[in-house]
Amino acid sequence: MQVRWDGEEVEAEAGQTVAGVLLAKGVRSWRTTRGAGRPRGLFCGIGVCFDCLVRVNGVPDVRACQRLVADGDDIRPQSGAELPS
Amino acid sequence: MSRIESADVVVIGAGIIGAACAEALSAAGLRVLVLDRGAPADATTASGEGNVLLSDKGPGPELDLATASRRRWPDLLATLRDELGDELAQVEWEPKGGLVVATAEEAVGPLADLAYRQRQFGVEAVDLDAAAARELEPHLTDRVLAAAHYPQDAQVHPVLATTALLAAVRARGGEVRGGVEAHGLVFESGGAVCGVRVAEGAVPCAAVVNACGPWAGHFSVAAGAAIEVLPRRGTVLVTGPLPPVVNRKVYAADYVSAVASRDVDLQVSAVVESTATGTVLIGSSRQRVGFDDTLEVEVLRRLAHNAIGLFPVLAGVPVMRAYSGFRPYTPDRLPVIGEDPRVPGLWHATGHEGAGIGLAPATGRLLADLLCGRKPEVDPLPFRVDRPTVIVGPEVER
Amino acid sequence: MSRVVVVGGGPAGMAAARAAAACGVGVVLVDSGRKLGGQYLRQDGLASEDRFSPAAAFADRESAPSAALAGFEASRSAALREATLSAASRRFALPDNVEHVADASVWAVEAVDGGHRVHVRVGATDDPSRTGRVFATRALVLATGAYDRALPFPGWDLPGVFTAGAAQALAKGQGVAVGDRVLVGGTGPFLLPVAASLVGAGARVVGVAEANAAVTGWLRRPAGALAGWSKSGELARYAGVLARHRVPYRSRTAVVAAHGSECVESVTVARLDRGWNPVPGTRRRVEADAVAVGFGFTPQLELAVAARCAIVDGFVAVDAAQGTSVRGVFAAGELTGIGGADLADAEGEVAGTAAAKLLGAEAEPPLRAMGRVRSGRRFAEALAAAYPVRSGWQEWLRDDTVVCRCEEVTRRALYRAIDERDVGSVRSLRLVSGAGLGLCQGRVCGQNVAELAGIDDPAAFARRPIAAPLRMSELAEVVSESESINAEAGGTPLGVEY
Repeated sequence: MQVRWDGEEVEAEAGQTVAGVLLAKGVRSWRTTRGAGRPRGLFCGIGVCFDCLVRVNGVPDVRACQRLVADGDDIRPQSGAELPS
Repeated sequence: MSRIESADVVVIGAGIIGAACAEALSAAGLRVLVLDRGAPADATTASGEGNVLLSDKGPGPELDLATASRRRWPDLLATLRDELGDELAQVEWEPKGGLVVATAEEAVGPLADLAYRQRQFGVEAVDLDAAAARELEPHLTDRVLAAAHYPQDAQVHPVLATTALLAAVRARGGEVRGGVEAHGLVFESGGAVCGVRVAEGAVPCAAVVNACGPWAGHFSVAAGAAIEVLPRRGTVLVTGPLPPVVNRKVYAADYVSAVASRDVDLQVSAVVESTATGTVLIGSSRQRVGFDDTLEVEVLRRLAHNAIGLFPVLAGVPVMRAYSGFRPYTPDRLPVIGEDPRVPGLWHATGHEGAGIGLAPATGRLLADLLCGRKPEVDPLPFRVDRPTVIVGPEVER
Repeated sequence: MSRVVVVGGGPAGMAAARAAAACGVGVVLVDSGRKLGGQYLRQDGLASEDRFSPAAAFADRESAPSAALAGFEASRSAALREATLSAASRRFALPDNVEHVADASVWAVEAVDGGHRVHVRVGATDDPSRTGRVFATRALVLATGAYDRALPFPGWDLPGVFTAGAAQALAKGQGVAVGDRVLVGGTGPFLLPVAASLVGAGARVVGVAEANAAVTGWLRRPAGALAGWSKSGELARYAGVLARHRVPYRSRTAVVAAHGSECVESVTVARLDRGWNPVPGTRRRVEADAVAVGFGFTPQLELAVAARCAIVDGFVAVDAAQGTSVRGVFAAGELTGIGGADLADAEGEVAGTAAAKLLGAEAEPPLRAMGRVRSGRRFAEALAAAYPVRSGWQEWLRDDTVVCRCEEVTRRALYRAIDERDVGSVRSLRLVSGAGLGLCQGRVCGQNVAELAGIDDPAAFARRPIAAPLRMSELAEVVSESESINAEAGGTPLGVEY
């Protein structure tokens, strides 16, 4: 299947998580923190830490480590706190 | 832990009301000891949103107290800054104003009428049409029909405010002790209060202030002078951190009647405001369920539904947590502030329902005025203890 | 006829579902993952059928002994793949009378007359358009597992620092190594399978840093309770993997800082004294692009706390039938004590049987499973005693070290809140400092912040009536019960005569 990461087409497989796709691509951070603008990516990998937040199909605050990719997903980095579009 | 020696006044309850009373009493030169069976600012105060409102009160004694209190807040904070320094006096005070919104035709008239009557009382209340309301709050629902803007409404961080007040008490030679439960009072032969009974014995004092919030009724029984103060549970939803969505406190026009209702049953009315960290707090609910703080999903559901009704953009945001708290409720819906006629030296400062944070400075001041024999700013009569709905039973055996 | 509801599809949850189903009772098994297995039995997410990933098979107990000897390549042989496949499908198979609700986030547990309601959102994680379901039950089994405890250190908030569990989950579940040069650190035997999985996923593991002293004889002559785990040769297999790949294993050592501007480029490793204070003069730089740290596990308590189950020493207290202090609520697995997959499996069997009995099923007391629970608990106690977390970790921090990741609260800000505001409780500490008020609601920082504040209450931050975030529109939905409590069905009271 095909998904988009930050506007770029990326190959993905069923069963991959967003984090799996991004890490396999060598992307280690995909959001910045609200306060200090520091980069964050995966931390706990199992859905408890809420560090790995990413924007999927216009909706922010999606845990990349748990979210399975679907064909055509539009995945974008999240900057601080965001509202759904 | 050192023994507690003695004090001029012992305040029972280290929430916002107890802290405000203790601050006012210590400012008057009295040696104050504040006791709390738990940690300071850990009960009802910690569940509050930090409302300092004039908007939700119709003309009457409570609005009197609220107006005096709203005036006193900035002065009190300035005093705290002088005494404690900027950092410790930082309480996230935001004079951001309030907006009351009517989305149903039948609410428009009563809202305009309330605003009018409040204006006669000296409250700043500006009638707005839908367009003007949405200019103030761009994310507000387009179903708004009319609104009223109250520039004097404000918000403060309840726990920061309370701990700052308590720090002032300490700075003036007073003491604050958490983890100490007051079991009752000690009386001298004439029947007046001369001490408070705690686990390690008794603390000699000349006066005791019952500032136990929803537990004030319970403590009053232990003190031998029962008053009717009951818990009224509220639940708040907290969203995840968001970019700015809501600029001031915004609530639906039916909030006032929800507060005023005597019903035991669930009253839910939409109240939305943001905090310094970007989370949005959503209330409000009122239920008389004793002290049961278990979560009720139906209450959460209604809060969420109402919030989306006021701010549709909230539909897609994460709800991060929810918590409940107990407001101290009196049957005639007015606080109890004054000396108990049955027990000389026992004072009550409680029963503020959901308005405790806002009303705290004037309550503290009023109590200190009465206790020190000064002429009070606010008429104390409506808040007296011996009101038929508040005072319970005849003279009690000690 | 009402059904048992089991929350959690790891070893404990699966065992509970199977045991209850075997008694003839219907079961609803609710799990957050797409596939069963939880953490311990994490499956290969990319495979179309139930199976373990090659990286997992590398060190997994189901693989034939030859795999460990021949190395990673051997697992590619067809015969071995077959063996691995069928073993895995057996391991994850559920009987017909179990309804498996996957991709399900349990966001609330509510007490109702006669039992509990379990509120669930089913669908893609954190998606606003999930489907709501509500299951009411008179017999609830909580098997929500645990997650890694991470300790803060300067630089731990850089991308490239992960928990050990993350490294394991990505390797086994996604076939991805979290870095090319990975340092594994922390405490406890779990570090070994993590290092092995990383090797299996193609990473170079530059070392394993164990903060406690080496447990002597652990590998060669495990006594009593530890024998259970080592008898299978599992531990020896992991050690063998590390030896073959020349991964140094150092005890009394920890990662005390991570360095880099936008992600990890190197780390500082130091020797620790008994109390976990860094020994002066022993700090050295190690080049690494990833760190995987784990200091034991924290149970996921929020649903148990919401159901008002008694929590003792940070775990759910249970009786011999895995019953909690609340009638109709059972707990199994890491929730009751960290003890690994075998103990979780045994507890699940006991809990599922007891839950079925509560709904009126006839069942033999699960004596063998209860025996396994008793010996498994001895192992769990030995584990906790051998791998404690010691307070010297607080010396690793600097003033500007973030202690709450979500809200970016530094140690300096935390201490200020404690000292200046005289906060005496967890609740006011959170409200004043901001720590624990972010999206993770104190899961990551809670125990650390409590220890820094001198508050002895491991479950202090576990009060989360909303157990998992959901969108406001989801919360506003009216959802009718998929499952009601059947008031007529009889049931044996709790406190069963075993």
